[in-house]
Amino acid sequence: MSKLNELTLVDTFQGLRNKDFSAEELTRDCLARIEKVDEQVKAYLTVTPELAISQAQAVDQKIGRGESLSPLAGIPVAIKDLFCTQGVRTTAASKILEQYVPPYDATVVKTLRSAGGVFLGKTNLDEFAMGGSTENSAYFPTHNPWDLARVPGGSSGGSAAAMAADECIYALGTDTGGSIREPASFCGTTGLKVSYGRVSRFGVLAMTSSLDTVGPFGKTAEDVALIMKYLAGHDDKDSTTPNLPVPDYSAEIIKDLKGLVMGVPKEYFIEGLDPKVKAVVEESIKKFESLGVKVQEISLPHTAYGVAAYYIICPSEVSSNLARYDGIKYGHSTALANDLLEVYLKSRAEGLGAEAKRRVMVGTYALSAGYYDAYYLQAQKVRTLVKQDFTQAFTKVDFILTPVAPTPAFKIGENIDDPIKMYLSDVFTIPASLAGICGLVVPAGLADGLPVGIQLLGDRFKEEMVLRVGHQYQQATNWHKQKPQL
Amino acid sequence: MLTIQEVQHIAQLARLQLSAADEQKYQQQLSSILEYVSQLSQVDTSQVLPTSQVTGLENITQADQVVELNHQAELLAQAPDTEAGQIKVKAVFKE
Repeated sequence: MSKLNELTLVDTFQGLRNKDFSAEELTRDCLARIEKVDEQVKAYLTVTPELAISQAQAVDQKIGRGESLSPLAGIPVAIKDLFCTQGVRTTAASKILEQYVPPYDATVVKTLRSAGGVFLGKTNLDEFAMGGSTENSAYFPTHNPWDLARVPGGSSGGSAAAMAADECIYALGTDTGGSIREPASFCGTTGLKVSYGRVSRFGVLAMTSSLDTVGPFGKTAEDVALIMKYLAGHDDKDSTTPNLPVPDYSAEIIKDLKGLVMGVPKEYFIEGLDPKVKAVVEESIKKFESLGVKVQEISLPHTAYGVAAYYIICPSEVSSNLARYDGIKYGHSTALANDLLEVYLKSRAEGLGAEAKRRVMVGTYALSAGYYDAYYLQAQKVRTLVKQDFTQAFTKVDFILTPVAPTPAFKIGENIDDPIKMYLSDVFTIPASLAGICGLVVPAGLADGLPVGIQLLGDRFKEEMVLRVGHQYQQATNWHKQKPQL
Repeated sequence: MLTIQEVQHIAQLARLQLSAADEQKYQQQLSSILEYVSQLSQVDTSQVLPTSQVTGLENITQADQVVELNHQAELLAQAPDTEAGQIKVKAVFKE
């Protein structure tokens, strides 16, 4: 039998119910794996072995007493260090929150805690989720388990790397412009960016409030479907979560794909798309045809403007959201100030990293008097056009297939001094974020030994469609079972 | 291209102290970012309304109920400096 940390969520659930193993044994296998490989991978900023063991033991006692339990009970999860965890340091990978211990749980953390989830620790990210490589962490970069010289993607790079290295059973991340999808592709794991508003963001440190979403990584689409049942839904504490019914995702995904129409947007096959990535996507199109899917070329004409709109909207909202880190009530406070203004200026200078500073300043500029119409308002209008592109497309197709990123994982340090080049790696993930629709990434091949995923986009609040497409694809392929040699 | 004075002004508005070397670096980087995003001006949006969020939700309210929360000790423990149960800050006004 394989080691327990290598199992899927669905398998661990079955194993715990059948008493093949205990939650404590499962947890200890995950912790042993972290102990063994995380010195190289650096997926975790904080590991919480004592908390994890005590949570696992509590579940084992309940299983022993025959109590009814959530399917997530006893199953170890890695949580991006952007989610507030009561009593456990939450840094956002920023020096400005190095000592911050939240007095409360994010709603989704609370949900998992009351379901009997086992918290292994907090995973690394780009500072405040700003970046696509996890190199913007103020602590250390995370390494891609497939090639330690390469990035895992970002900003949820720690969660994706922990998945790929079997350092957890499932993981939580956030996706604002591609921060679950790009790392899922780079690390060869499955990740879901939910529709804007589908999952509560209460207690998740805000970056771009009009785009931020919370979503899971799983070893399979089937696992993600199971997790989503517990994450999705209305939360009184997040006014952007509509009170819509939550489908039974696990039941929806078993339907086959015969007769579905898949859109392939021509604007996503541009110059700069690595031919090996393109080949993987084309191969997957053939696979979908063999599963009875009809392929239709579509056009999303405003795709090319997505990145520019995003890099106005995001920094503008960042400049507002990061204003709260001022060295007064919590977080880093300078030791060198003589007056209040210096507390602000120096605490922020010392506590925020280069990318955070860049975005705060770009946003401050874009929102300042005289520039608002030309930048932020214009970006919000372009966003309408990008959104209309998708609305139009979904009148003709059931889902859309695209590449995730123009290239496989790049080398650590390769793009760090070139913000524009780094921003362009989000070119295929940003439009769906602007439109607020959902997107699932599943592994679909290898390029020179590095994983390449495909992006399956679905209409707003149609997570069951992309999960179904992803699950049926994984029933017909083995790419999601490929593991790195560590 | 932004001038150094503009970079200094933006940094001051954003409450960030920059070193001279930082000012040079951000002058280059902010200028190239602003140049890149300025391509949006090519898009004709004269007939387009802005989208601020996509859920379609409006005027979401919460029940006006008193909820008892007492996190005083935990919240004060996060503050850099406290005195007599209050957060201590530097003087706002100069003498």
